[in-house]
Amino acid sequence: MPQAQDTAIDVRGLTKRFGDRVAVDHVDITMPRGQVWGFLGPNGSGKTTTIRMLCGLLRADEGSGTCLGYDIIRQSRQIKRDVGYMTQKFSYWEDLTIRENLEFVANLYGIPKRKTVVDRTLEDLGLTSRQKQLAGTLSGGWKQRLALAACTLHSPKMLMLDEPTAGVDPQARRDFWDQIHRLSSQGLTVLVSTHYMDEAERCDQIVYIAYGKLMTQGRVDDIITQSGLYTFIAEGAGVRDLMERLRGKPGAEHVAYFGNALHVSGSDLSALQSLIAAEGRAPGVAWRQERPNLEDVFIHLMGKSGGGQ
Amino acid sequence: MFSALRRIGAILLKEFIQMRRDRLTFGMMILVPVIQLTLFGFAINSDPRHLPTLLYLEDDSTVVRSLTAGLQTSSYFDIKGRVFSAAEATEKLQSGDAAFVVTVPAGFTRAFLRGDRPQILIEADASDPSAASNAVGMISQIAQSALKQDLKGPWAGLQQTPPPVDIVIHRMYNPEGISQYNIVPGLLGVILTMTMIMITSIAMTRETERGNMENLLAMPARPWEVMVGKIVPYVGVGLIQTAIVLVAAVWLFQVPFVGDPWLLALGVGLFIIANLAVGFTFSTIARSQMQAMQMTFFFFLPSMLLSGFMFPFRGMPDWAQMIGQIFPLTHFLRIVRGVMLKGADWQAMWPNIWPILIFIVVAAAVAMLRYRSTLD
Repeated sequence: MPQAQDTAIDVRGLTKRFGDRVAVDHVDITMPRGQVWGFLGPNGSGKTTTIRMLCGLLRADEGSGTCLGYDIIRQSRQIKRDVGYMTQKFSYWEDLTIRENLEFVANLYGIPKRKTVVDRTLEDLGLTSRQKQLAGTLSGGWKQRLALAACTLHSPKMLMLDEPTAGVDPQARRDFWDQIHRLSSQGLTVLVSTHYMDEAERCDQIVYIAYGKLMTQGRVDDIITQSGLYTFIAEGAGVRDLMERLRGKPGAEHVAYFGNALHVSGSDLSALQSLIAAEGRAPGVAWRQERPNLEDVFIHLMGKSGGGQ
Repeated sequence: MFSALRRIGAILLKEFIQMRRDRLTFGMMILVPVIQLTLFGFAINSDPRHLPTLLYLEDDSTVVRSLTAGLQTSSYFDIKGRVFSAAEATEKLQSGDAAFVVTVPAGFTRAFLRGDRPQILIEADASDPSAASNAVGMISQIAQSALKQDLKGPWAGLQQTPPPVDIVIHRMYNPEGISQYNIVPGLLGVILTMTMIMITSIAMTRETERGNMENLLAMPARPWEVMVGKIVPYVGVGLIQTAIVLVAAVWLFQVPFVGDPWLLALGVGLFIIANLAVGFTFSTIARSQMQAMQMTFFFFLPSMLLSGFMFPFRGMPDWAQMIGQIFPLTHFLRIVRGVMLKGADWQAMWPNIWPILIFIVVAAAVAMLRYRSTLD
């Protein structure tokens, strides 16, 4: 067990129910400080609920543990003081100006030298000239940058970002991740949920949740290796006809398109090979075996978890 | 043609499904007619009877007893007891304990039997002209017919005109029966109820709707800090509204202001807080601004109808009066009318202050119980 001061999050058996539905089902997470961890899983898998429980916005029905050394049930006030939480949807005040939003946050946290801090933040953001613009008039990418600046204003020890890059263009997404790595190198612990595989690969570790249950966690490479999955890729003109022929056949646990390439994966190598030999022939189609990528593994995990409710 | 019907049918079906899902709106559609029918059909009565009446008797005799019995049986007056000084009579009228005080002066019976047409004084609380007018209009007739029975034998000659007693009516607080005197101060209460509840409940629900609440809750602010921070600005709004209405009342409508402004300020302050507490409570229940509006309306409608603003409070049956007593508006109307028109003092108004205090405590407790510092 790591020491408390090295551990950002240490929770056991975290469970949350909404009525009859179990949104999060006995999740254990131990996350060291100073890393960037990715939270992955399909929609409705309990990522947001887990993050909300960790930062004190929801009370866990079962389970216990600490976040930044504070008890997640009893010390949510201390957690809120040291955590910066960025909601999935832009949740700053659209009818306040950029500056007013930052000043409100600075005031609420009692940040000393408020004006200087806000001025510097505006400058870092490149928004000094637009500080009197209403936050609601910003574009998606700028809103997200403002939100990140606002939730790091009080110098938190940890950031929890709930799908921060949803609906943001690729360039803004890259800039955002550069910013996250910059913050991380300054010692900040970051937990970020995402649907993008390229973002997952920029994390030190990932945690995969499906339907409330923690399916796997670890480094991207390890997760791929541990999956025991074999993947064959077909490319070429006649590939569209192959999908229906291969799907559901013994050996092919998953058949999915990635761009215009067809990925067929399974954990039994010989069954997979004989299936492709028998059914995989089509005009202009070439097959090759490759190391499965993260998405192959996730589709595999999603299938294993039994699908959604 | 058929395809148009099919499309209309599809939209129709969708509307019905949505209507059924939105339970608050559905409830309003059913409850509003029921409430209105009950209130207008059973509770509201523009010819109030059984008005509390006190007697100040300096003379007591069979004749006087016939007179008081006549008042009682007329069903307009409900004789509640006696007062023993003119000061006590004024006090009871100020506090609203009595709507009428009937004064029979010393030597009344002798003068009456001599045929001297002695005077009877009737002081009526005319601050609400419509509540008092019917009873006042009936009183001469009631008195004459009651006394007729005593004018037998040797006194039968007194039965002729002119009537054997001279009834003097003092319409207290509003001698000319100007309805603005009653309505304009009352409007202050109605305006504050409407706007205070609506503004707070909507302002709070808007934050939930827009997702700001999640952000606010993720920051280290305690529930009571949020509540106080959100309510105080609207206290200011309420005070500005009060100033506007009072200035208009005094300068534009020439409504008299005879009482203690500080007593009224206390009443206004408590009343604003009571309404803000209701608004805050609604905001913890409503899931959208629309629902907050509907709940405001739900509270406002019976408040206005049962408080005595639109219709005389005493004209309502007991059950409606009991419901009416719950609303802060009922008590506030008595305070604002009592202070402005009657010059009522602290003691006279205390019976209307404590119900508002209790209302505040209950509403704030519900609000705090309902308010969550988490998203659960």
